[in-house]
Amino acid sequence: MSSYEVGIWVFMLAAFLGFELIRRVSPLLHTPLMSLTNAISAIAVVGAIIITGEREASTLTRILGFIAVLASTVNLVSGYLITDRMLKMFKKRGRESD
Amino acid sequence: MTELVFPAFYIVAAAGFILAIKWMSSPATARRGVIVGEVGMLLAVVGTLLRHEVVNYQWILVAFFVGSAIGVPIAYIMPMTAVPQRTAVSHACGALASALIGTAEYLRRTPHGFVMGALILETLLGFLTCTASLMAFGKLQEILPTRPVTYRGQNFVNLGTLGLAIGIGIVLIFSPEQTWLYPIFVALSLLFGILLIIPIGGADMPTVIALLNSYAGLSASAMGFALDNKLLIVAGALDGSSGFILSVIMCRAMNRSFSNVLFGAFGTIQTSTTAATARPVRSATAEEASEILDAARSVVIIPGYGMAVAQAQHKLRELHDVLTKRGIEVRFAIHPVVGRMPGHMNVLLAEANVPYDRLVEMDEINPDFPRVDVALVIGANDVVNPAARNTPNSPIAGMPILHACDAQTVMVVKRGMSPGFAGIDNELYYMEKTLMLFGDAKAFVGSIVKELNTAVAASR
Repeated sequence: MSSYEVGIWVFMLAAFLGFELIRRVSPLLHTPLMSLTNAISAIAVVGAIIITGEREASTLTRILGFIAVLASTVNLVSGYLITDRMLKMFKKRGRESD
Repeated sequence: MTELVFPAFYIVAAAGFILAIKWMSSPATARRGVIVGEVGMLLAVVGTLLRHEVVNYQWILVAFFVGSAIGVPIAYIMPMTAVPQRTAVSHACGALASALIGTAEYLRRTPHGFVMGALILETLLGFLTCTASLMAFGKLQEILPTRPVTYRGQNFVNLGTLGLAIGIGIVLIFSPEQTWLYPIFVALSLLFGILLIIPIGGADMPTVIALLNSYAGLSASAMGFALDNKLLIVAGALDGSSGFILSVIMCRAMNRSFSNVLFGAFGTIQTSTTAATARPVRSATAEEASEILDAARSVVIIPGYGMAVAQAQHKLRELHDVLTKRGIEVRFAIHPVVGRMPGHMNVLLAEANVPYDRLVEMDEINPDFPRVDVALVIGANDVVNPAARNTPNSPIAGMPILHACDAQTVMVVKRGMSPGFAGIDNELYYMEKTLMLFGDAKAFVGSIVKELNTAVAASR
């Protein structure tokens, strides 16, 4: 089995897993869910690091990679922190004291 | 040895992301989910930095430093009302990163076949999501007109641009050496992103934001195919399916199809048909409203985007507190598409310290409305419009609504008699049992709370 074929299998299984998991998320948490998946999609940082850190990278690809690392880092950092900030606000009755 | 360690980093990271989403299913475990997601991301980054082909660190570290310096203040200073805008910007950043990585890969090694196909998909989705998200940001921030902008032949122009971009992309897949085509491909992708959002109105933003979320994820997944990286494929697929499901939920909550949201330009059709015949409505003062609320046993508050605009959520929490203290049951009814992104109202009310078990979903609250004494509508319009149930030729016919009209008394806080976003007149306002409370939502709820407090003081 070629690596691409494996990749397509992985994609299919992950997509179905995603469907099943996200269907169970209460609408109450849809906004934090979206921030969280945003932060997870900052995984593009992996590709960006490889492009930027390569030995033979040209100036142009290094600049493109640099912007990509920067953009993903902003997403990653702000995504996780703001998700946590939102979730901290969801409280049950009786524990409202702030 | 090291060759065995790196896959382990990535596999554990993928497991972390899956658990993170799984634990988002309930507020009790959600914060644990964030931590596990952070650990996953840390492992992924460390695992990548340790790879032997990564040798040049200074640019990466500078980008980390500057990115954190921008990201941390965004996360802590950003007011909760600006969350839809932040989400749009973050989609734009993520999509831009993915598109630039694809471009760098193309310039670096001009790949062929399957990899080139994945690259083209990655950059097409990346660039179009980037400009589309920036347009969405402009509309949410109200820099751009929030009403849908339409012109003759719009769908033809849009689909033509997309078709041309895909066509050039296919040519590039088969002959990647034609480098002069690549900038044209990029320009067309960027242009399509802009054209896609022009006809979309503010009320459709929840669907569109969710859809852009999906595209950004799919772009990251395509990058995984191009770089042969399974972690990227998994994380992108999770993000892509999440955005897709959310947009399906939003569409269903409006009883509309995807193509109708994207190409329908909602809100322009109906504006002329309901001629402005001044019909009588009953209005009430804050004092009268507070008396009715005080006599009620069960109150349901229906917030809408107008509540967010007026920043009335804190006053509503005070109202909730004072009524609850007097033994009145207060609940908040949340329609799935109300606001500018999925779950928008929940976050605002949670920020104002409303306990989340008081926030009730549409399907759960609708059968209760006949037993509700007062339905208080604040800044919501189309989601309580009975035309959706009673008028078959209305543009919102068949859209599931909150049955506020079944409550014993309906009170609507509103600035004036202007129609809602969809430009449709609302029967609810003219009903016998409806009282219109004209004024700014925050100020009006504030004066109701004040009246109730004086009543409490007087009865002592």
